[in-house]
Amino acid sequence: MAENIKLACRNVWKLYGPRAAEFLKANPNADLEQVRQAGFVPAVRGANVDVRDGEIFVIMGLSGSGKSTLVRCMSRLIEPTAGALFFEGHDLRKASEKALIDIRRHKMGMVFQHFALLPHLTVLENVAFPLTIQGQTKAKAAARAAEVIELVGLGGREHYYPRALSGGQQQRVGIARSLAVEPELWFLDEPFSALDPLIRREMQDEFLRLQAMLKKTIVFITHDFDEAIRLADRIAIMKDGAIIQVATPEELVMNPASDYVEEFTRHVPRDKVISVGAVMQKGAEGAGEGLRMEGKIADIAEAVVSANAPQMVVDSAGKPVGAIDPETVINVLIGRVR
Amino acid sequence: MERMFKPSILVFAALFAATWLLAKFGGAWFESPALAWLMEYPKSWVLPLKDYVSAAMKWLVEDANFGLFTFTEFTRAIAWLIEQPYEFVRAVLATGFMDGVGRRAEQIVPPLSWIAVTAAVVALGHYAKSWGLAAIVGLAFLYLAVFGQWESAMITLASVVIAVPFGVVGGLMLGLLTYRHKAFEAVLKPILDLMQTIPVFAYLVPILFMFGFGPVSALVATVIYAMPPMARITTLALQNVDPEIVDFGKMTGCTQRQMTWKILVPSALSGLMVGVNQVIMLSLNMVIIASMIGAGGLGFDVLSSLRRLNIGGGFEAGIAIVVLAIALDRLSQALAERSTTYAPAPAKTGLFVRYKRSGVVAVILIATMALGFFIPALQTYPEGAELSTGAFWTESVKYLNINYFDQFEAVKIFFLNNFLLPIKRFFLGIPWPWAIAMLTLIGWKFGGWKLGLMNLIMATFIAATGMWEKAMITVYLCGASVIIASVIGIPIGIWAALSPRAGRVIGVVIDTLQTLPSFVYLIPVVMLFRIGDFTAMIAIVAYALVPAVRYAAHGVRHVSAELIEAGVVSGCTKWQILLKIRLPLALPEILLGINQTIMLALSMLVITALVGTRDLGQEVYIALTKADTGRGLVAGFAIAFIAIMADRVISASARKAKARYGLD
Repeated sequence: MAENIKLACRNVWKLYGPRAAEFLKANPNADLEQVRQAGFVPAVRGANVDVRDGEIFVIMGLSGSGKSTLVRCMSRLIEPTAGALFFEGHDLRKASEKALIDIRRHKMGMVFQHFALLPHLTVLENVAFPLTIQGQTKAKAAARAAEVIELVGLGGREHYYPRALSGGQQQRVGIARSLAVEPELWFLDEPFSALDPLIRREMQDEFLRLQAMLKKTIVFITHDFDEAIRLADRIAIMKDGAIIQVATPEELVMNPASDYVEEFTRHVPRDKVISVGAVMQKGAEGAGEGLRMEGKIADIAEAVVSANAPQMVVDSAGKPVGAIDPETVINVLIGRVR
Repeated sequence: MERMFKPSILVFAALFAATWLLAKFGGAWFESPALAWLMEYPKSWVLPLKDYVSAAMKWLVEDANFGLFTFTEFTRAIAWLIEQPYEFVRAVLATGFMDGVGRRAEQIVPPLSWIAVTAAVVALGHYAKSWGLAAIVGLAFLYLAVFGQWESAMITLASVVIAVPFGVVGGLMLGLLTYRHKAFEAVLKPILDLMQTIPVFAYLVPILFMFGFGPVSALVATVIYAMPPMARITTLALQNVDPEIVDFGKMTGCTQRQMTWKILVPSALSGLMVGVNQVIMLSLNMVIIASMIGAGGLGFDVLSSLRRLNIGGGFEAGIAIVVLAIALDRLSQALAERSTTYAPAPAKTGLFVRYKRSGVVAVILIATMALGFFIPALQTYPEGAELSTGAFWTESVKYLNINYFDQFEAVKIFFLNNFLLPIKRFFLGIPWPWAIAMLTLIGWKFGGWKLGLMNLIMATFIAATGMWEKAMITVYLCGASVIIASVIGIPIGIWAALSPRAGRVIGVVIDTLQTLPSFVYLIPVVMLFRIGDFTAMIAIVAYALVPAVRYAAHGVRHVSAELIEAGVVSGCTKWQILLKIRLPLALPEILLGINQTIMLALSMLVITALVGTRDLGQEVYIALTKADTGRGLVAGFAIAFIAIMADRVISASARKAKARYGLD
């Protein structure tokens, strides 16, 4: 297994119904129709996922697609019916209860859709909670908690109870709490879905800011494709319990694996997803001091169009690799690119 | 669907008509000795179950031996364990600490002064909610002092103070076990069902055998009585904890113990506090009833006054119970709802500043203790300044009885002749095998073959133990009371739902009625109507009215606003909206209300045995006075079975109604 893979799922299944494991042993490659015929509720079907160190891995799917179940299988909150899980190369499904508790205490953090704050504890106590569970002293836990509360911008609210805070603030507490133990793997289960659209956008920015600082390995669940595009390094799209495509946002837009995926990508603003390098004329000559090939079209559109001439594109080393002309940029802007 | 439905209604109408005919003319038809067994369950067929139970009890108490110790030694040890804290609390609150026994006993430390106790509850009221609540509970305790009920009330309070922690902790543990282990739930649920439906008198007898006459037996009975609701509420509250919070606990790496005590129980706290409030109120109710087996206190005062026909004394003690009940209820509810939104870090100040309230109470306590030795009025409320309303009540009742005797009598006779007696004749006239068949059929119709089978077994049990006739009297008295309670309660509930202002007033009234111990309802009716079925019925109706009102109000109020708007937009008049939209949709709730009314009626029935009914309740009561374990338990089970059958059939039909409307 590659060194930089934090968490791997190999053919993970979760079926609800009596004697599901036996059924899977007999039919390891059962399709949706067979599973339903046999009377099982398919939550996750044969999921294969590699979450790389330091990336934001988004699992996107509509409600009932099994994304919540999958993320709970990854942390063994739900016991998978079949399949293997590897966390930092160790078989997570073989971990004892004690080992599992240890991994969860020190290496995993989770943020929940409805915040899951403890109503009887103040903000400070909530954030310090995972630390006290580990057995840290109250003073040490409180000091660390105050640090993370400051980090998520809630300084001054330490002694409020959760019910006195707005939804956005409550989720900041949830985020602070999950970060308090400095987890290596950070699960976020639809963290912003319960928030108003404006707050949601603000929280997404906040999240990106935090990640730029902390560089955690993240599994992020959402049903909102725009959110997925905005945040993800890579996206896994789920339908009926199965993963139908894993790709970067740009690949999803450029090469959707099925009509179902294409349906999602149809209204995505191309210019924010497609990079210069993907649409440039390779080897062509252009003017200017060189646009970076991994930059998004939206960022360079104005410069190219107002220059009204092909502009030079360079790679990360600054070596010219091609050029991009205004017509290409406009085609991307009006969505005439596949 | 429509087609399937109609014949079944016809079949049931025909069966009901047949039952009515049998009840009316059966006596005449089955007169011949060969058929008489149909009407009256033959004595020779009776299973002597009660004798077996009594013998088993006798063996348990006299001969059972676990090797190292006997059963009696075991129970007496438990009694001793309970007795110690009880004696202590009673000494603190009511009697003071004594040196020596009997007449030569000398008080070495007096009990807490009435001023200190009142100050403490006032402080608690302020802490729990507001100065308003503090005033209410303060006035309540002041009432107890001024009207000479202090010592009895404190004895009652001492029992409650001891019973509540046992009930709460025991219920919490059972609830936790049930939450954790599905198998345990399967075992515990029927036991809890039985414990809640068996009348309390029925298990007073075996408890008396095991723990002896006195406050300890009363406490044990109280705990047994008050624990099941706590267990149920605990399980429910834990199951209702947000699954995300449970996931969070696991993801944080909580051990099972941390999960329980740091995540589950605190998160479910508001639900659990509802249970604590229930335990307090049930304990108070039971402590009053348990005065019959030596609990003493206010219940004993009521009972002895009733026996001596001391109307005024009975009323006064009764009102003291009411006052105490309201104070305890409001306090515990306020504590349950207490919530803060901001908890600043404790400032580094002196102890007294930080705990101002406790400090003030402590100062008052010490001051009254010290000064009490010189000024007795600070210690015990001076007898000379006590007020008594006893004479007033006695005179009022006398006045009513002298001047309105004929009217009361006319009402009573009218109801007896035109309402109670026909119902009684109907139930007593049904041949028992036919009744069992009908019960089985009803169970099958509403709840499938399992319910039918359960009804068959339970009804057969009642007949086979020779309880049939008494059971029918129970059903009749309970049925008549439930009819009256529904006829009065449901319209009041509907009214409360439709008019916000009426709703508020009715809400306060039924909240208060619900906190009153069942015993209290007997006092006024027995004074006005003396003893008999009619008196019992009024007391039962008064006690069982609350759920009929509450559920009807809840059902009518919570019909979806969209449906009402849809009705308004289609041009319904107010009456059409009520009759065609609100009532049909509220039907399942109303049914559940009637169900609860039946349960309360059955539990009250046993208490009305004190006013001379002839039903199973009387049977239990007689068993209590004769200390006949078997007789009491068998009759108790019979009542429990009636309750369970009624509960299951009505719940099943409410479920059906809900499913039909797609409300689930």
